[in-house]
Amino acid sequence: MGNETHITIDNKRFAFEPSETILDVAHRNNIFIPTLCHLKGATPTGACRICVVEVEGAPNLVASCATPAAANMVVYSESQEVITARRSIIRLMLSSGHHNCAIRDFDTKDWTQFQLKVLEVDGTQDLCPVWGECKLQDLAYRYQVKAQGLPQSESKYPMERVNPFMIRDFSRCILCGRCVQACRDIQVNNAIDFGYRGADTKIIAGTDVALKDSDCVFCGECIEVCPVGALVTEHAMKPERFVKTKKIRTTCSYCGVGCQIELSVQNNRIIQVNSAGDTPPNNGSLCVKGRFGFDFVGSPERLTSPLIRKNGKLEGATWDEALDLVANTLTQIKKDHGSDSIGMLTSARVTNEENYIAQKFTRAVLKTNNVDHCARL
Amino acid sequence: MTNTIADIETAEVILVTGSNTTENHPVLSTFIKRAALKGTTLIVIDPRRIKLAHHANTWLRPELGTDIAWINGLMHVIIKENLFDKTFVEKRCEGFEELKKTVETYTPDYVEAITGISATDITETARTFAKAKNASILYCMGITQHTTGTDNVKSLANLSMLTGNLGIPGGGVNPLRGQNNVQGACDMGGLPNVLTAYQKVDDDTARAKFEKTWGVTDLPAKPGLTATDMIEGAHSGTLKALYIVGENPMVSDPDLNHAEKAIENLDFMVVQDIFLTETAQMADVVLPAFCFAEKEGTFSNTERRVQRVRKAVEAPGFARDDWRILSEIATRMGYPMNYPNSNAIFEEMTTVTPSYAGITWERIENVGLHWPCPTVEHPGTPILHTKQFTRGKGMFHAIDHRPPAELPDKDYPFMLTTGRVLYHYHTGTMTMKSPGLNTMSPECFVEISANDAQRLGFEDGIMVDVLSRRGKIKAKLEISSKAVDGTLFIPFHFAKAAANRLTNAKVDPVAKIPEFKVCAITIRRAA
Repeated sequence: MGNETHITIDNKRFAFEPSETILDVAHRNNIFIPTLCHLKGATPTGACRICVVEVEGAPNLVASCATPAAANMVVYSESQEVITARRSIIRLMLSSGHHNCAIRDFDTKDWTQFQLKVLEVDGTQDLCPVWGECKLQDLAYRYQVKAQGLPQSESKYPMERVNPFMIRDFSRCILCGRCVQACRDIQVNNAIDFGYRGADTKIIAGTDVALKDSDCVFCGECIEVCPVGALVTEHAMKPERFVKTKKIRTTCSYCGVGCQIELSVQNNRIIQVNSAGDTPPNNGSLCVKGRFGFDFVGSPERLTSPLIRKNGKLEGATWDEALDLVANTLTQIKKDHGSDSIGMLTSARVTNEENYIAQKFTRAVLKTNNVDHCARL
Repeated sequence: MTNTIADIETAEVILVTGSNTTENHPVLSTFIKRAALKGTTLIVIDPRRIKLAHHANTWLRPELGTDIAWINGLMHVIIKENLFDKTFVEKRCEGFEELKKTVETYTPDYVEAITGISATDITETARTFAKAKNASILYCMGITQHTTGTDNVKSLANLSMLTGNLGIPGGGVNPLRGQNNVQGACDMGGLPNVLTAYQKVDDDTARAKFEKTWGVTDLPAKPGLTATDMIEGAHSGTLKALYIVGENPMVSDPDLNHAEKAIENLDFMVVQDIFLTETAQMADVVLPAFCFAEKEGTFSNTERRVQRVRKAVEAPGFARDDWRILSEIATRMGYPMNYPNSNAIFEEMTTVTPSYAGITWERIENVGLHWPCPTVEHPGTPILHTKQFTRGKGMFHAIDHRPPAELPDKDYPFMLTTGRVLYHYHTGTMTMKSPGLNTMSPECFVEISANDAQRLGFEDGIMVDVLSRRGKIKAKLEISSKAVDGTLFIPFHFAKAAANRLTNAKVDPVAKIPEFKVCAITIRRAA
């Protein structure tokens, strides 16, 4: 076994493919290297530098997401030098914006105590909408970064809430660029980009207009990839966000692509839709209808009981009344006019099982092949 | 689709026609756009300058209803320049000589005269398509919703076979299904001429198998009425009763004024739905059903992938599972149907459905399977026709161009084409319950080119009356760079200004699909 195809990470030797980066090899072998800007399917930018590692013989730490694995390379994923660098990166990010997740005040090593304290201290209105689900917060805790004493810079840009779907909070943006990559390389909508320069840098839509006035089509891919609380749905700002939530994976009910989605449900209401992650056919992507068009499920306009037309008007009825009426009338029409005088329009909206039953009912019970659906419409 | 969605990204050339993919299949469009970004040649052939055209290397603009002509034109060049796949044509196809003879007339100049696409573009596109290692064709309702719909599809199949692009990765003829389970509804025998898995109703052996499983005799052998025929039957009085599950023909049918009369003529109509739709409002009995988030089951997507649907919430009030409602009625009509759950139905279905025979809910718990999947060991079939076609050899169909049923004239000088917008879905019963989607797309509009608007002296945003021989609607005028002179576009979602009051109910003779994509109209400033 030659050395030419092997890399050593933390004193262990691993084989690698020619196209793999240090990060790829490490993650494939379950070695932890933190990432913030890295996005699967997009070209690595190395922007955030949180994934830096030490490479023997290299003058500086290197970004593992953008450095190809090389033969005989010796890598240390979490050396003292690496930890120091990561802590300083995290500290800078925390001080660059509005990160009121209380990481600033924390000086205990007990995570649970820390969380309880935060819940006490922070009013719901002020608490970051992604509290507990923030990669930056996770990293601050992991690397025990205390932001106490660091000056907190005020955000130059106000929060944007003028579109009906999502909130852009520039004060929490760490400029990792994942949203830009998702928009440009994954969805290819090219609606957002980095704008201005230096300390004024901001993620802008078009010529720095509101998303609703830009090329944005509200697919929400950016919300899903944002590692912090800069891009969130309207729901995330509501106080109910701490109510117990269950998550159910299912298939989207709009077009024929069949995206795999995850419904978040609170008190029998769908409150959010996310992609079901990296699984086919959509591999984590959704569109505006799939992500934001779920209100119909809990709509007050839903039909809740059978209706029967009496004296020209549709009136409420029991299931027994309605089912008897349908069964008796269909039986009578079949007897009087023959089976082919009845038609069934089944539906491209209901399940396979239900379509099977609809055509079975038509053929075995009504005894006609007059069954079709809206495939043509 | 003969191929999979992921497969699109492996093509060297992608031809998209009659599909406004970024609005109607947004997630699928990301695969096309990413491919184009990475260097795949994207050809968009569409009467509107749709968003996907901006990602394309070439956008060709045919006149409405001239698809057979440009496809024949491409094949003319490919055969003339000897660019076709001789091995594939010889070994796997038949009918080549007839095809060759028919497309001989379709010189680039002749095609230019019919379609408006320049002769040079026809020649160049033919070369690009034929020279590709693998080329994928994607199409949608812009191809099928014509009186020549079946022939349009056959023509695309001709082009794909001629260039040897069927049965290979990154190739194929790929219809994009517009409804979540339209593929499944077809697979399950929700069609008048076939039982599940396209087993013909006039096939005695197939019927005998179903009779045994269902415990019945005398299953009808005569193919039934299509949806469009049912409307005609209701109109003429031969169809007395109609049972509608989760559909809203009072917005989605062509020539609504005519359809409305037909429905009124029925003795009895039952509508089973989640909302009191325009159609349900006309019913004699309305039955409340579950929506997708309240039920267990499966959907089959556009790439034939069978995937699970899971219950997330309890349904409102006294609503019930669609299959339970139908089972109850069947039982009351003297045919007991007692399924303990939806999975039991799936299991029965797989015993009579060869292409689904190997699929179980357990197998698709995490990732869906592509049918055909004949046995429980079978991995599913992502790409169809790799070794042979269903009928053995692929049949070339020699087809000539035929104009649409209705063309513009002095009284109705504009062409109208219809479709959907990104923010709404079909008849809007679901999407119009979302304030966000309504904010982004609040009302119907008539898309017109800046030239046409100027010529008529109309400003952007004014209200106009749109008239066809069949009806009239009022909507807002929207000047758009998507529109091409002479052709207007109206989305059909909005019941208040239903585009289908205008459309033509003339159908394709085989598929019985209406010509939603072409009719003649006129517009005038609304009073």
